[in-house]
Formats: sequence, structure tokens, C-alpha cells
Amino acid sequence: MAIRNILNKSSDWLKGEGPHHDIVVSSRVRLARNLAGAPFPGWAKKAERTAVLERIRPRVEALPEMGDAYSLACQDLTALEKQVLVERHLISREHAAKGVGSAVVMNRRQSLSIMINEEDHLRMQSIRSGLQLRAAFRAVNKVDTELEASLDFAFDPDLGYLTACPSNVGTGMRVSAMLHVPGLVLSEQINQVIQAVNKIGLAVRGLYGEGTEALGNLFQISNQTTLGEAEEGIVDRLQKVILQVIEHEQNARQTLLQRRSNTLLDHMGRSYGILKHAYSMHSKEALNLLSLAKLGCDLGFYPEEQRHAVDELFMETQPAHLQKGSQQKLAAEERDALRATIIRQKLAACPEPDVVGVLERTAKQAGSSPEEGEKKQGEGPGESAQEGLI
Amino acid sequence: MCDVCQTETATVFLTQIVDGNMQKVNLCEGCSKEKGVTDPTGFALADLLLGMGAAQSVERTASATGQRCANCGFTEAEFKKTGRLGCSACYRTFSEGLGGMLRGMHKGVRHTGKIPERLEKMLARDTEIRGLTSDLRRAVVEEQYETAAALRDKIRILEADQEAGE
Repeated sequence: MAIRNILNKSSDWLKGEGPHHDIVVSSRVRLARNLAGAPFPGWAKKAERTAVLERIRPRVEALPEMGDAYSLACQDLTALEKQVLVERHLISREHAAKGVGSAVVMNRRQSLSIMINEEDHLRMQSIRSGLQLRAAFRAVNKVDTELEASLDFAFDPDLGYLTACPSNVGTGMRVSAMLHVPGLVLSEQINQVIQAVNKIGLAVRGLYGEGTEALGNLFQISNQTTLGEAEEGIVDRLQKVILQVIEHEQNARQTLLQRRSNTLLDHMGRSYGILKHAYSMHSKEALNLLSLAKLGCDLGFYPEEQRHAVDELFMETQPAHLQKGSQQKLAAEERDALRATIIRQKLAACPEPDVVGVLERTAKQAGSSPEEGEKKQGEGPGESAQEGLI
Repeated sequence: MCDVCQTETATVFLTQIVDGNMQKVNLCEGCSKEKGVTDPTGFALADLLLGMGAAQSVERTASATGQRCANCGFTEAEFKKTGRLGCSACYRTFSEGLGGMLRGMHKGVRHTGKIPERLEKMLARDTEIRGLTSDLRRAVVEEQYETAAALRDKIRILEADQEAGE
């Protein structure tokens, strides 16, 4: 069964590659398109919706990009399977609620996914690892150009591409990047950054969690407006802003290392201890501790080989991903226990944080005298960061 | 007059710069409290203008004329409920009310991005026909009938293409 193959193979965008992949987890670009004249999915009757699906689906399946694609009708997917796709950002939450008359077509690498009859007739998305907004845009733009040769998209010379929600009209494009910024959060600069980014008309929100709570120090930056600015302009503007946020994050990390190393080491040691020794863990706690482990990889506390395991755990400890391996539905406590077990197993080979090495390198970079370097070493003992700091 | 309720006398006058554009809004005391204007952290004029423009202006236009989209039967009441439109033709049906909403929502009111290839040709042809037509008028005025005849033939060919949708 096609869906099994998808669920068992992880997405390409999770590979942790591409420029600035230490801070930018992924880059996404989506385009919204509709057929001229046909009622939008939310207003269409079932028969109309099905007719639109039947017009669009063969065209999408025939795309050269979709040579090895999985094409899945929403009513053929179980709630759990849909949830796994949501966690991988291959379909939206809204699409997961759809049944007859909606479908999703995605390529084998899971870098391109096309939802049919979501809020709009077509939602085409390209997703890449690291900061690759331009590459993601090029890929999805090519698909759009290919499809418009055979499908008559609703377009107005003044308003551009017409969408179900007026907030998407114009380019119909949403560009977003997911950023991992523990440095800005730990140094309490994140709110300033969010405000500054908001001020220039871009949206920032926590990836997981509700309201202002951002779990795992993951934030998403995206364009808010779609009318009055060309696609390339929007992409470039986001690229520039994200590069600035990256710079702030890097500075924040260096400042933490140099001026607040004890706080940082405490976080490293505690997260290591809990991740390696817990027997029950809620998903919130897991996200926050894994964020610190990821930071640990970036700063050289853990060997580079561990990075992939940590990145994968972000996805594997999500509720639906946990559940998919089990035959029967797991209760909350069972999930927490399973989550802790998976983390322990995956990090079994992960050595203790290399406190001495990191402090030595930091001292060297800061250009401080050898005495100062030694003094710092004395603060962070070699045996166990956690024990030494209590 | 208060911009929100349109009945009370405005006593609160606000100016905010959003994306380099100055935006002004006048509010009565009741509405300013309701919109949280007095809370300096939770208030953004853009949000306020956006909220004001949207459903209300569509409502005003539609209820005045009792509009219903001829293509899909969508009504303004539906828009108020969901914030989504019924079909691409709704943008024309409700254009009056949507205009203000889009102004508040976006960077501009005119699309400057990608154009579908097929339409690009048509739009370019439209512009060409308009140019040739004005050339033709000038040629007639200047009594250059040979040029005028050539221009007329060119326009006919372009118009035929346009109708064929080629």
C-alpha cells in the first residue's frame, strides 16, 4: 500500500542539509490556484467538488515532477495517516479534515505536495531543507506554469490569482521558513525580534503550541501580504529578513557561550541527563529538551554524527509518528513511556556534552589569555557537566 | 464621526505609520475602549482598520442592493460567516466592498506578479490593439489612407486571434 511507504520513509526536508541548516530547519513556498468560474471547495456542492477533483487530479498526476508520485484520496486515508502527513507538513490540518472530493498528490521525496480541494482548488507546496526559499519557489512556480497550460486558472488583470480567502489574492503565494532560535529565546531577545519582523509586514508564530507559547524554540516566519508585490520581491524580502535573524541568533549563541556559559552548561547538562534517563516524557518536554540537544550539536557539545538522530527525534516523537508503529491506540501515559524509550534508544550512543572542548574553543575564539581559558575549564569538570554544576 | 460605529461623535484621534504609510482613524469613546485602543501593547491600527473594512463594507454594499453572485449564488451573509468567497466571479459581484478590505490587508491593490502565459499574450495583444487603433485614427486625420488601410488590416487580424482565444 502506497501510504505505508510514505509513512515509513522520512521526508527529504528532514535531512538537515542546505545553507544555514543549523538555524533554518526548512523553507516552504505554496501557491494557491483556482479554476475560473467553478465554486471554491468550501462553497461547492459535493458533485461540483468531485467534478473539479476529476478535472485537476489527472493533470497533476501527469506532471513530470510527479512521475513517481503517491496520489491519495482523502477518504482513503485513516485519521492517523492524515495526522502523520500533517506532522510532516505535507498536508494542512484543514485538509486532514476533508473526505470525499479532496486528494493529495506528492512526490516520493516528499519535497512537493499538491492538495486538491483544500480551501482552494489547488494548493501546491514545495519544501526544502535549510534556507532555500528561492529553490523552493522555482520548483513550485515551474509546476504552476506546467499546469496552467491545461487548466484555466481564475485570474484578474488587476487582482491577480483569485482565491477563496481575500488574504491570499494576488500572487496566492505564502513563503515561510521554520527557524530554530534557542539563543534568542534563552537570551530573552525573541520578543524584540518578533516585533521588529512584524513591523515590516511579516508574520512570526511559534510552530508548536498555542498563542505565544513556542515549543522547541521553533518559529515560523512568513509573508502576510500577497497583493501589490511580485513573487520574487516577496521571496527576496523574506530571505533578507531571515538572514538578519540568523545573524542575531548566532550572536546570541556566542554571547551565551562567552558571558553566560554557566547557564548554558546547566541547560546542556540537564537536558542530556533527562533525555538519556527519563522513562516518561510529554511531547512538550521532549520538544524543549530536543531543542537544547540540537543547540548542543550546533555548538560542538555533541559529535556531528549525533545531529541526524536529534533531528529525526523531533519528528518521531510527535503524537501520530509515535502511534503509527503500534497496532492499537495508545493511551497518553503509554505514549509518554514510548516517547522516552525511543529517545533513550536513539541517543544511546550519544556521549556526554564535551564541556571542556567547547569552553577551550570559545576561549580561543574570544582571544582571551590562556590563564582565563584554564580558569573556565576548572569551572566545567570533565566527568559530568550536570554533577559539576550542581 | 466615529469610523467604527458611524453614529457617535469621535473623541479619540489616532495616527499610526504602517509600512511607511500614515493611517488615521477617529473613534468615539465607547468604540475606542471596545477595540482596546487604550492598551498600547495590544493595539495595532492596521488590525483595527482591517477589521473595520472587511465584513462591514461588504455588508453595506450587498445589503443595499441585495446582491447575490450570479455565477455561484453566494451571498454577503455567507462571507460574514466564513470570511471566504464563493467563486472567482464573487470578486466582481462584491468588488465595491472588497476594495476597501484589500487595501487594508495588502501592500497594494494591483497585482504586479506572475501572469498566466495565455493571458499574458491576450493582455499584450489588448495593449497592441489599443496602440494601433490610436495610430489608425491619427493616420485618418492626416489623410494617410494607405497607412490607415495597413493598420486596419493588422488590427483585424489581432482581433480575430483574440476572439479565437489563441
